[in-house]
Amino acid sequence: MSQSSIRLVNDDLRPPGPPPRRHCISIADMTRDDVERLLGTARTFESTMDRQVKKLPTLKGHLVVNLFYESSTRTSSSFELAAKRLSADTMNIKSSGSSVDKGESLKDTALTLGAYDPDVIVIRHPEIGAPQLVARVTEAHIVNAGDGKNQHPTQALLDLYTIQQQLGRLDGLHVAIVGDVLHSRVARSLVQAFALVGIRCTLVGPPALLPREMPVESTTEIAAIRDADVVYILRMQQERMQAGANYVPSLREYTARWGVTPERLRPGQKVMHPGPMNRGVEIDPRVADSVDALIETQVRSGLVVRMAVLYDVLTGGPVGVQALTAAEVA
Amino acid sequence: MLWMKERPGDDLVVRGARVLDPAQGIDAVLDVRIDAGVIAAVGETVDANGHRVVDATGLVLAPAFVDPHVHLRTPGREDEETIASGTAAAAVGGYCAILAMPNTDPIVDSAATLGSLADAARREAEVQVGFLAAITRNQEGDELTEMGELADAGAVAFSDDGVPVKSAGMMRRALQYASTTGRPLALHCEEKTLSRGGHVHEGRVAAELGFAGYPSVAESVMVERDLSLAAYEEQPIHLLHLSAAESVAALRRARDGGVRASGEVTPHHLCLTDEAVRSLDSNVKMNPPLRAERDRLALLEALRDGTIEAIATDHAPHARHEKEVPFEAAPFGVTGLETAFAVLYTRLVEPGLLPLETLLERLSAGPARVYGLDTPTIAAGATANLVLLDLARTHVVGESGFRSRSPNSWLLGETLTGTVAITVAGGAVVHEG
Repeated sequence: MSQSSIRLVNDDLRPPGPPPRRHCISIADMTRDDVERLLGTARTFESTMDRQVKKLPTLKGHLVVNLFYESSTRTSSSFELAAKRLSADTMNIKSSGSSVDKGESLKDTALTLGAYDPDVIVIRHPEIGAPQLVARVTEAHIVNAGDGKNQHPTQALLDLYTIQQQLGRLDGLHVAIVGDVLHSRVARSLVQAFALVGIRCTLVGPPALLPREMPVESTTEIAAIRDADVVYILRMQQERMQAGANYVPSLREYTARWGVTPERLRPGQKVMHPGPMNRGVEIDPRVADSVDALIETQVRSGLVVRMAVLYDVLTGGPVGVQALTAAEVA
Repeated sequence: MLWMKERPGDDLVVRGARVLDPAQGIDAVLDVRIDAGVIAAVGETVDANGHRVVDATGLVLAPAFVDPHVHLRTPGREDEETIASGTAAAAVGGYCAILAMPNTDPIVDSAATLGSLADAARREAEVQVGFLAAITRNQEGDELTEMGELADAGAVAFSDDGVPVKSAGMMRRALQYASTTGRPLALHCEEKTLSRGGHVHEGRVAAELGFAGYPSVAESVMVERDLSLAAYEEQPIHLLHLSAAESVAALRRARDGGVRASGEVTPHHLCLTDEAVRSLDSNVKMNPPLRAERDRLALLEALRDGTIEAIATDHAPHARHEKEVPFEAAPFGVTGLETAFAVLYTRLVEPGLLPLETLLERLSAGPARVYGLDTPTIAAGATANLVLLDLARTHVVGESGFRSRSPNSWLLGETLTGTVAITVAGGAVVHEG
């Protein structure tokens, strides 16, 4: 008979069940109440941002690990600053220059970092499901800073925050998302987040860049963006366009047909973009620099929203008064 | 040709089982006596002749199963499966014979490689095992293998399973030449310019989760091409692991039009849809991918009406560490030999979606017919290839380990009804559970 029979000693090969700890992995896991609580917490943190001493003692003694397998400027800096503003210790691991270069698997890297008992692991990874894997093999609260083309929940939350701050409400608004939806994790998180808060959403772009069977209105007509309260422009992800893929004939043609120009917008229509922008490709520089562009506001919102997310996964509730006592930290 | 370990035939009497042999139209409570591995008597009360007697009251005795599509990973990845471990897993699953695909390392594309596998099978196979050889050298789609010599060396059929034969011209030449060997071609239908490295069926789940889509048309367009070529050359083909409703419709049309085409379907495509992928469990990642409910229903209907003649596990063992990665990084494939009958009985027969007789036929006589193998049968004079099934007994998948070297089952932890009590393969009792 055969030499060995494999006995399963633990259950970590089973399908992942509901996470026992609070994470921020996907908008799909959230309720409207969760979103409103997070936005409320972010507003509270924002009110501390004009203090002279901006650091809060809230997460003193906690360890936040930023584990980034993809390059990132705004997301990684935003998480790092958010953790520091809350007085957490931070550790930043990038895939290049670490053991990942030596072929260490994600599981083993996670186990290694897990040995330091981090309270939160913020992870960005090019593959869908990486945050769930780290959640299974460590005891940390996991915050997804982008997994493949799947989810980027904190981006969606900061976008909701920005819209609410700028337009005064969420429910009943209409947002058009324009561009490369197929390769966009931002779009996927936004579609779910908009559905949660009652924002109508329309996807606009070339046919091959609109996913089939996405449960939301889609059109290839760029004129459709004029109906929206907010036009959300996606980055044309050149690094994800496989050579010879022919999603569009050329970037030049894409810009001519789907680029967002002042002529295609109504006066006063708000414009958003998750960055980094390709000026002159998906967004006309005049649009990027106009007063109706909320792009830097989004970055600012990112800081307080990520503070709120870190606070929320660790404490599991709305922000309390003690969290805002800045006294002894300075 | 099939090979297994040389062993003496067993003596055994199975008393009082419901004997179900759909291919022969037998369904009656009978005794069966096996003398030295050969069925000696089938009747209402047979003399025990001093043999060991198994009281099988309330159990079902059927022809043992034939799996037309298994990956034994040998040569090359003996850490994942060997002929010994894969055939031991087959014995647990009620199989008396399995066919191994040639996409190993090296590829089975020469009589020398095939010969060494045959030698190993004669040494270590617990059940009968046959081997397919590649259609093209190194499965690269450029040059035909020496099919004549391979057939003489015992190749059951030819397949580039794992990859499609890219060029229609090459497929035509393969059909023409294979005809001289009398062996069918078994085809993995995938148009790579449409599947494009996709991981998940192109549908709502892929759209929502952001997976690169592998559309059903990537399969069906190739199915249509190969059926057209088979019709033109008047040669038989067998379509591997069908997954899409459009492929099934094309196969049905072609068969109605007289094309000698057959098809197979896996337990996972019969039981799951792409909704399962929401778990991000790498054990529901396989090629072709799990598809939509309408595809699953079309496959089930085709299995019922005989358009699809064979159930194949596409047993694809993978090392644990290679599956323990994010979904997109995981290799395609799941194991199936040890769970096929139980999951199909639990999910399809018990709820009344598939008659037990049909399930047994598609697990045994159907696949044997596709490849021209001897049909396991319960009749005096036949070699004993039998499975005794306890349809009342439940078990938990993985609880007592696997005989396969790899644990990448999509059913880990599931409670299934329908347990294989005894498997007799090539006249020998190879499993008692």
